[in-house]
Amino acid sequence: MSTGDGRRRSDSQLDQIEELDRVTIRFAGDSGDGMQLAGLQFTNTSAVYGNDVSTIPDFPAEIRAPAGSIPGVSSFQVSFSSYDIHTPGDQPDVLVVMNPAALKAHLGDLPKGGLLIVNTDEFTEPNLRKALYAANPLEDDSLTAYRVVKVPVGSMNARALADSGLNTQQIDRSKNSFALGLMFWLYERPLDSTIRWFEEKFARNPEVRDANITTLKAGHNFGDTAELFPVRYHVAKADLPPGRYRNITGNAATALGFLTASKLADLPLFYGSYPITPASDILHELSRFKNFGVKTFQAEDEIAAMGSAIGAAFGGYLGLTGTSGPGLALKSEALGLAVMVELPLVVAMIQRSGPSTGMPTKTDQADLLQVLFGRNGESPVAIVAPATPSECFKYAIEAFRLALRHMTPTVFLSDGYLGTGSEPWRVPRVDELPRIEVKFAKDPDTFNPYDRDPETLARPWATPGTPGLEHRIGGLEKADVTGNVSYDPDNHDKMTRFRAEKIARIANDIPDLEVVGDESGDLLVLGWGSTYGANLSAVLRAREQGLAVSAAHLRYLNPFPSNLGDVIARFDQVLIPELNLGQLAMLIRSRFVVDAATLNKVTGRPFLIAEVEAKIQELVGSKVKV
Amino acid sequence: MTTEAAPEGPLALQRKDFVTDQEVRWCPGCGDYSILAQTQKLMPDLGVPRENIVFISGIGCNSRLPYYMNTYGFHSIHGRAPTIATGLRVMNQDLKVFVITGDGDGLSIGGNHLLHVMRRNVDITIVLFNNRIYGLTKGQYSPTSEFGKRTKSSPMGAVDTPLHPLSVAISAEASFVARSLDIDQKHLIATLERAARHKGTSFVEVYQNCNVFNDGAFMEFADKAVRADRTVRLEHGQPMLFGKEREKGIRLNGTTPEIVEVGNGVSESDLWIHDETSEDPVLSFILSRMHWPDFPEPMGVIRAVERPTYESLVQQQVDEAIEQQGEGDLDALFMEGDTWTVE
Repeated sequence: MSTGDGRRRSDSQLDQIEELDRVTIRFAGDSGDGMQLAGLQFTNTSAVYGNDVSTIPDFPAEIRAPAGSIPGVSSFQVSFSSYDIHTPGDQPDVLVVMNPAALKAHLGDLPKGGLLIVNTDEFTEPNLRKALYAANPLEDDSLTAYRVVKVPVGSMNARALADSGLNTQQIDRSKNSFALGLMFWLYERPLDSTIRWFEEKFARNPEVRDANITTLKAGHNFGDTAELFPVRYHVAKADLPPGRYRNITGNAATALGFLTASKLADLPLFYGSYPITPASDILHELSRFKNFGVKTFQAEDEIAAMGSAIGAAFGGYLGLTGTSGPGLALKSEALGLAVMVELPLVVAMIQRSGPSTGMPTKTDQADLLQVLFGRNGESPVAIVAPATPSECFKYAIEAFRLALRHMTPTVFLSDGYLGTGSEPWRVPRVDELPRIEVKFAKDPDTFNPYDRDPETLARPWATPGTPGLEHRIGGLEKADVTGNVSYDPDNHDKMTRFRAEKIARIANDIPDLEVVGDESGDLLVLGWGSTYGANLSAVLRAREQGLAVSAAHLRYLNPFPSNLGDVIARFDQVLIPELNLGQLAMLIRSRFVVDAATLNKVTGRPFLIAEVEAKIQELVGSKVKV
Repeated sequence: MTTEAAPEGPLALQRKDFVTDQEVRWCPGCGDYSILAQTQKLMPDLGVPRENIVFISGIGCNSRLPYYMNTYGFHSIHGRAPTIATGLRVMNQDLKVFVITGDGDGLSIGGNHLLHVMRRNVDITIVLFNNRIYGLTKGQYSPTSEFGKRTKSSPMGAVDTPLHPLSVAISAEASFVARSLDIDQKHLIATLERAARHKGTSFVEVYQNCNVFNDGAFMEFADKAVRADRTVRLEHGQPMLFGKEREKGIRLNGTTPEIVEVGNGVSESDLWIHDETSEDPVLSFILSRMHWPDFPEPMGVIRAVERPTYESLVQQQVDEAIEQQGEGDLDALFMEGDTWTVE
């Protein structure tokens, strides 16, 4: 694996192609400039070409912040490579800016010597003022540290589309396609995937379709003829495991995972949800799957969404709801009810920066404790947490498997970075996936609503419509076995312990925590959720430098894998990097009484590899093996 | 039917089949007992197998009712019963679902859900026990307590303007709206039966006496001695007559109702003829605002209109999607968009 800056000279300079093993491009522009679209198309094309890819979008919460303003800047970063990568890159190698505000907002992330591609047409007096520039940075020497390529994207696009029949405004909206075409040329990417996409997307609007295709090609040809770039770059195909692949975002993978769980359990899926960033895409996706029998319900509020999922679960169906931090706060009481009535359902919780409304489009991991403890009473739920966008598929299925087998609400804990980020997904075949076994109570002679399975402590699932099993459940404490209302002190103690023990026993049903690297050593970097890529990359670099560092990543947060304590004990130190102020660390410290070191950041952005690497160096950098 | 065959199966059920072994724990003399009795009596007549009946409630004295019904039951959390009922009905349209709620549960903490379940027209029957007081928490004023009501939490009188539950239901597009009275057993069971047979959300307000915290709240017009003079029984297609001798009537002067003596030049045909099926909700709304002592309290079915249920429309979209796109093929969906193969 390469760890350097990824630059390698090709043997032949004649074709003026430079061979690279990894490139990170950031597209930045006004939120109306179509940067997300350009980034996604570049990503898909690179993925189909055979690179490994990893992406991170970054957009303002406002639908349209004032045009040309810094808060209105939207960006999309894609990293593509000839080897297996785990993050969308710490810093871009190439920054494409469509206006002065985008330059102002993102130049700080571009390393010196980086390639800066600027749409010069937008560098007008009013736009410079909106971006708080006193002087035009293209005309002074403030950009001399970068390889600046000035391209009049707007006017070139306008010229390409002069005969398109579109009006000026419509023409201007296609300029992202011109920029995209130019980037395709620079990195030797084929245009066909994007052209196909335009043909489908604008099938009913042939003028717009043709305009985008025309200007995409114009951008590509411009690269060929303008001689702005001394070389082009080539990033070879990555050596991924054999299989069928597609690029997928975490939220799309999540929706597919839930749909697949429905198939594997052979139970119809119900999704009740109230729109909330960044979870809404799951609602959008699932509402497309009606021909799979999926029923989606856009509820009047978060509470109703949770209640409706409980109703579906009571009925014997796959009850699912989805939300983010503020929404989970509203659902808490009803989630507690689900704990009390011990029904199987899943809450997809896509974290964002908080507290309160916080920064809706930015990422955080600060809701772990809310998910674990944010309810009245002793109220345990199972929690699974995917580590990468494509893993969301697997853990969405796993969430339902645990919920159904253990008769418990289960939280699928993702975040905005996973949900909106993307990577290649090795597509399984449905018949390769293990079926989910579901048992319904049927026999009136043996039925008691709060009987328990001796192995799992799960209670029976008896659903309305089953003759002879009529019974009542509810939020009041239930007597053991009969499920009648009970205020008996000893019964309450017993039932509270049953509910806790039922969740604890899930540990017998989940895999052990795996360690990447040696099974013991100076330092274990322990993570959960979306910090996976940065943690793993940092650990691999540290190991190349001879440090006795290993990585482990928790996909199960309640209960923990049963070997977690043993794994921690085999290392001198444990470091827990989190995008919060130390929530997993608090749990690990109290559970295992270890002095875990922490690395915390709550900027709304994921860790850079370099940040984790620096912390590793700080802790064990002096212990390089000779 | 042959004479040998005794009736069998679920349709042969009796009231006792719907009684549970749980001790009923309402205060002695509570109006809830009557509502429970009429509800249990009604069940066998509905012709629905017992296992297909579900009672869902929120929190409050009323919400204990599911424990006493030998059907499927769910005593949930405060105000949220309509949400659970919605999820259940959307997924299983074979079930007959009742929601039991009260003035606090349905109109205060659960007000939002009540609005939305009615506008969607989910096929459930909502019975709202209105006693104009918070009973379970021991005597605070409720959203239907009279303005100025003195309670434990309003020693100088409530300064909140009360809601009219039927007006709320009509404004929320409820397709069936009715009112009855706990102590009027025959009227209550008949009203509940109409509600239970309605396709779509049926909303029944039951005036219910809380003899501990708000005793006699409705007695001024509910007392048998004066009921005929101070309430008006609504009957579809019939003039609105009331009084012991049916000597009084309601006449509409434009959109203003007025009380008239029948006779002396006023005939029954001059009276307001009740039309529960009117698509225009304005007349229903006027009825929902008529209260004693200005008017006799309207009792019975105020509104009963037909429109598709929410869950049937949801199902229809699923059926249409399958018809247009075919049954979903998961493997094909996995491979949607650009894909590639690594050898």
